[in-house]
Amino acid sequence: MIALIVGWLKTVALEVQLYARLLGATTRGIVTPPFYRHDIVEQFDAIGVASLTVVLLTGFFTGAVLALQAGLTLDTFGARPVVGRLVSTSMILELGPVLTALMLSGRIGSGIAAELGSMVVTDQINAMRALGTDPVRKLVVPRVLAGVFMAPVLTVVSDFLGIVGGWMVARFQLQVATGLYWSSIRRLYIQDLEMGLIKPFVLGFVIVTIACHVGLRTTGGTQGVGRSTTEAVVAGSVGVIAVDFFLTRILISLLY
Amino acid sequence: MVQEVAHREAGGQILDEPELPVVVFDHVSLAFDDKVVLKDVSFTLLPGHTKIILGASGAGKSITLKILLGLLKPDAGTVWVSGRRVDDLSEEEMMAVRANLGMVFQEGALFDSLTVRENVGYRLYEETKLPLEDVDRRVEEVLGFVGLGEFSERMPSELSGGQRRRVAIARAMASKPKILLYDEATTGLDPITAMTVDDEVVKLRDIETVTSIVVTHQLRDAFYIATHAAAREEDGAITIGAADREKEQESEFLMLRDGLIVFEGDADALRHSKDEYLKTFLS
Repeated sequence: MIALIVGWLKTVALEVQLYARLLGATTRGIVTPPFYRHDIVEQFDAIGVASLTVVLLTGFFTGAVLALQAGLTLDTFGARPVVGRLVSTSMILELGPVLTALMLSGRIGSGIAAELGSMVVTDQINAMRALGTDPVRKLVVPRVLAGVFMAPVLTVVSDFLGIVGGWMVARFQLQVATGLYWSSIRRLYIQDLEMGLIKPFVLGFVIVTIACHVGLRTTGGTQGVGRSTTEAVVAGSVGVIAVDFFLTRILISLLY
Repeated sequence: MVQEVAHREAGGQILDEPELPVVVFDHVSLAFDDKVVLKDVSFTLLPGHTKIILGASGAGKSITLKILLGLLKPDAGTVWVSGRRVDDLSEEEMMAVRANLGMVFQEGALFDSLTVRENVGYRLYEETKLPLEDVDRRVEEVLGFVGLGEFSERMPSELSGGQRRRVAIARAMASKPKILLYDEATTGLDPITAMTVDDEVVKLRDIETVTSIVVTHQLRDAFYIATHAAAREEDGAITIGAADREKEQESEFLMLRDGLIVFEGDADALRHSKDEYLKTFLS
């Protein structure tokens, strides 16, 4: 039993060490040449633009269902007119960043792990190194940059669509006047917006770095690629939820 | 020999001298946990010569190439490539050494999202500042050399196994490396296709004077490479025929068994070896 625990702790320590080394190499790759600009643009498109549909749909329906549920509860207190504020605050502070990050974890986390994992098991990563290219600079850095900068953009889009979804339910189901709905949103604090915008930068970073780490550590052929894909999604999703908690705690103490 | 190479490196000289080895393995050992994969392996390779590393699966053949290329670090011993000690170099320092090395991986390891042209010109497009026209010209030249000139816009998935290996050879030679490493370049290919790959190895060695290390467990391919030579005719055509005795001796066999060198010598010595393991392996 003790041997099992020691073995598990060693594995965890090794993974943390390798993850930290990847973060170090990625940081070096971001600030020092060579830069692979073409790959960076390609990843902004693959991670950002291609994720738009799933994020739009998630944001819209989340806002809509939130308004629907909140309407029932708020009726108890006769507070139906503030449904707009509840939807917007929930979307901007929490649901927008976290749900967008979870969607990205499922879509791009799995994609990155599968792609890098396949390249590892077919020796393409070794071939790349043999041809004089650092795989971290060529493959990881563009994905990390795209994840860090596109996650906030997608989150803003998701927030907006969520509020629109909430408005549609509020207007046509709950019979809340449009002016009342939108005016209640204006009562948001600037700190709320700051928190809603800071979070996705960090969450985007977490998703992509975890996926790259898991992908580059793939062993065991095609079966290993499947395993890595699952691990990337699971670890990325848990990472998003956990980091969101600690980040929220820090931001509350810093911003409010 | 090792001291001589070390002395030249200390003097900052680039080794391009025919009498000095371009590759030196000096008492190299490597183990993964409890599994020893190389035990005290030492050998040298002269410029323009061929080292053919034979052995059963798991004997440590591919590991030898990976150590040479700096993809793995040995636990003990020293490795020299083109007069530079490489076993203690960082990944970034190793990039400069790799400019002189080309490797053909098992199964080719072509980048499956790139076309044949992009694969072959990868190093030149990505890691050099050569004008695009020059790179395109070089890509056409090497694809012509391996007889795949008309396949440049195809994706790797559209090629046969033999064509993929030849593209991998073209990719490895595109930047004109002085040393080419072949890791099971003919494994899984039918004999006729394998011979076309062997011909490319012989042509590169004799026409482009590339130093070669060939890792294989296919005896037929190993002996073909060791006993054949390529020559350019007056009309520019390249012909391949039986090598003379002197040429044959430029190809040296190295047999690995469980990480240990059990034989080192030319094709003739290997054929006439009395060692039971070698006889079994050759039978």
